[in-house]
Amino acid sequence: MQQKYWIFIGVLILAVLAGNFVYPNYINSGIDFINSKFSWHSPHFWSKPYVLGLDLQGGVNLIYQADLSTTQDKAAAMAGLRDVIERRVNLFGVSEPVVQIQGDDRLLVELPGVQDVKAAIEMIGQTPYLEFDEQRTEEETKQILDKLQEVQVAQEKGEDIEKIKDWQLALQNPYVKPTELTGKYLSKATVVFDQTTYKPQIQLTFNAEGAKLFEQITEKNIQKPLAIFLDGASIIDTTGDGIIDGQDLYAPIIQDKISGGTAYISGNMSAQTANDITRRLNSGALPVKIGSPISQETVGPTLGADSLQKSLWAGILGLLAVMAFMLIFYRLPGLLASIALLIYVAITLAIFKLVPVTLTLAGIGGFILSIGMAVDANILIFARMKEEILQGKAVTAAIGEGFGRAWPSIRDSNLNSLIVCAILFLFSTSFIKGFALTLSLGIIVSMFSAIFITRIFLMVFIGPRLEKLKWLL
Amino acid sequence: MNFSFIKYSRVYYLLSGILIAASIMCLIAFGLKFGIEFTGGSNMELTFTGQRPNNEEISKRLEQFNLGDVVIQPTGSAGAILKFKGIDEETHQNMLAEINKLSPVEEKSFQFIGPSVGQELKNKTIMAIGLALLAITIYIAFAFRKVSRPVASWKYGIASLIALFHDILIPLGVFSLLGKFYNVEITIPIVAALLTIIGFSVHDTIVIFDRIRENILRQGTGQFDQTVNLSLNQTLGRSISTVATVLIVMFALYFFGGQTLKYFALALIVGVTAGAYSSIFIAGPLLATWKNWQDKRAQI
Repeated sequence: MQQKYWIFIGVLILAVLAGNFVYPNYINSGIDFINSKFSWHSPHFWSKPYVLGLDLQGGVNLIYQADLSTTQDKAAAMAGLRDVIERRVNLFGVSEPVVQIQGDDRLLVELPGVQDVKAAIEMIGQTPYLEFDEQRTEEETKQILDKLQEVQVAQEKGEDIEKIKDWQLALQNPYVKPTELTGKYLSKATVVFDQTTYKPQIQLTFNAEGAKLFEQITEKNIQKPLAIFLDGASIIDTTGDGIIDGQDLYAPIIQDKISGGTAYISGNMSAQTANDITRRLNSGALPVKIGSPISQETVGPTLGADSLQKSLWAGILGLLAVMAFMLIFYRLPGLLASIALLIYVAITLAIFKLVPVTLTLAGIGGFILSIGMAVDANILIFARMKEEILQGKAVTAAIGEGFGRAWPSIRDSNLNSLIVCAILFLFSTSFIKGFALTLSLGIIVSMFSAIFITRIFLMVFIGPRLEKLKWLL
Repeated sequence: MNFSFIKYSRVYYLLSGILIAASIMCLIAFGLKFGIEFTGGSNMELTFTGQRPNNEEISKRLEQFNLGDVVIQPTGSAGAILKFKGIDEETHQNMLAEINKLSPVEEKSFQFIGPSVGQELKNKTIMAIGLALLAITIYIAFAFRKVSRPVASWKYGIASLIALFHDILIPLGVFSLLGKFYNVEITIPIVAALLTIIGFSVHDTIVIFDRIRENILRQGTGQFDQTVNLSLNQTLGRSISTVATVLIVMFALYFFGGQTLKYFALALIVGVTAGAYSSIFIAGPLLATWKNWQDKRAQI
């Protein structure tokens, strides 16, 4: 078999895979049907949902301006700020939040699905809280653990736990308790390297008051651990699972009474970990002021769903109308181009799902526009083919000429659109970014579909045998 | 079919000239109405679940918040859009509660943009449009660098730049009118549409210039007028088809796509139409006119 047929089959397989990935309902009901007939257990087709932007699923978008006037290392301060707010937002129970640094001193926070904006703003605006905790006495620990057990038993029975005496005790950390020393007293944390072992250490510097407190605490707790918490969570990933959660408890052991207001945390840590901790410590000690948001957008859930529905309909109608147009004006090649356009839509949507591209209303607008623009390359090629046929060329030769001569125009004009998309990307506004992203993805895929897929179709379907049916072209 | 584009070029220039002059006049007389993303402020979209109160009732309720000018636009059968100065979240909640007392209401969206953000966006927009125009002119001059006879390659760039100004000014004029009479604002989606128009209309111009380039290579440099005319005729069918397919999808978006994308689609419809006109009737003929003018000067 000729090479072109193999490529043709390849394109068809790609199209079927992309189509089913985008809309798996049909193939899945088919699989269900076969499974029930033959009592097989074939799995469903691989599926992955679209990632929808805030304007389509509803939620809150906040932009904060950080006050960096007193900060030396601005990038580190912003990174610290981002981490702290990211953790808080996660605590708030938002699914897939976005916390991003924009420019030098802005922070974007997107909270999909959140409706209580006031609570969200309050939670984000708190100052980070750094605390140093000392070990409880065994007696205290036992007391809390016992209370915890008592409460748990009561809970299982469905009893009202608030009736138990001192039930709040169960909410406390059984092993450590806060000291007076907090981030308020820390003036800075830096990474230093041990003179002899060259291992990284974290140097903590307290102010005068902090130094006194630290001296008292260390004197009292020699050979005991001192835990460091930021926003109620440990500051470093000690379990090594890449996530910082309640399982992590970083507690250096106090070796001796420390006076002078300087302390070192040493241990088996990498320079990366040390940097990480320092950044978190500094963000606790020197919280960057952010104030209230300088820009806020809240989209209710009904508006988003409504916009999505309407723009999808517009897209489907537009697609059908373009296909009708191509059929009427370009007949057989128009039919092939319409099929290529369908494949284009399937591949592009599959890419949106795979990457995943966050779909916004603007992104859908860009994609719908790209449907109209995608056939442009085909039109150029077909118009050229017609001309060549009118000049008396054989059909196969005309196809080759059409593609060859139309190529420079297609390349130049699409490159231009891509240049504009790149400039649109300079805007940090998410509306325009979404639009530029889907439009440029669309342009790139459309060049592939118009030039490669349509060409294979034409080569397979329009051979010398169609020489007599020129009216179809 | 052989249409004489060059012969009547003055008529086309005149028509464009009138449209451009009208657009500039509208812009001077009415200016542009910018959305809050450029000016800063708040935008609140509401749907009343019961009876929609009239505008005076709403403004009266809101007097206590010192909001300055409150613009209230009714939308649909039970909705309203409120525009006012920037407020904090607490005032926002209190306002909503106050309106709720008047008639049960659901907030569909709320947007607050600080003044610094708006100014920054304005600067960015101007920079992006300037950059896009510049990049495209340079690209065209570069793409046509091998065609220097009988018209220098940078002149292709200038001709397309003039056509681009035409394509941007006309939609701006239309939006100036819409802003004056229908309160339509220039928002971020419309800026995106304008930048896309720049990219798209240059599409058309490039295809025509490409054909001119090819015909010069085939037929030599003599009879530049006829070469341009031939090229325009050869590409006419394609120009119309391409614009038609884009217009089809944009009309679908305009009529069925919902509120946010409606004016985005309209900007593209106006701009793409203007772009198709300018590519065929302005950019190509300009090259020929320029050449003739040069020839005349050389003779003197």
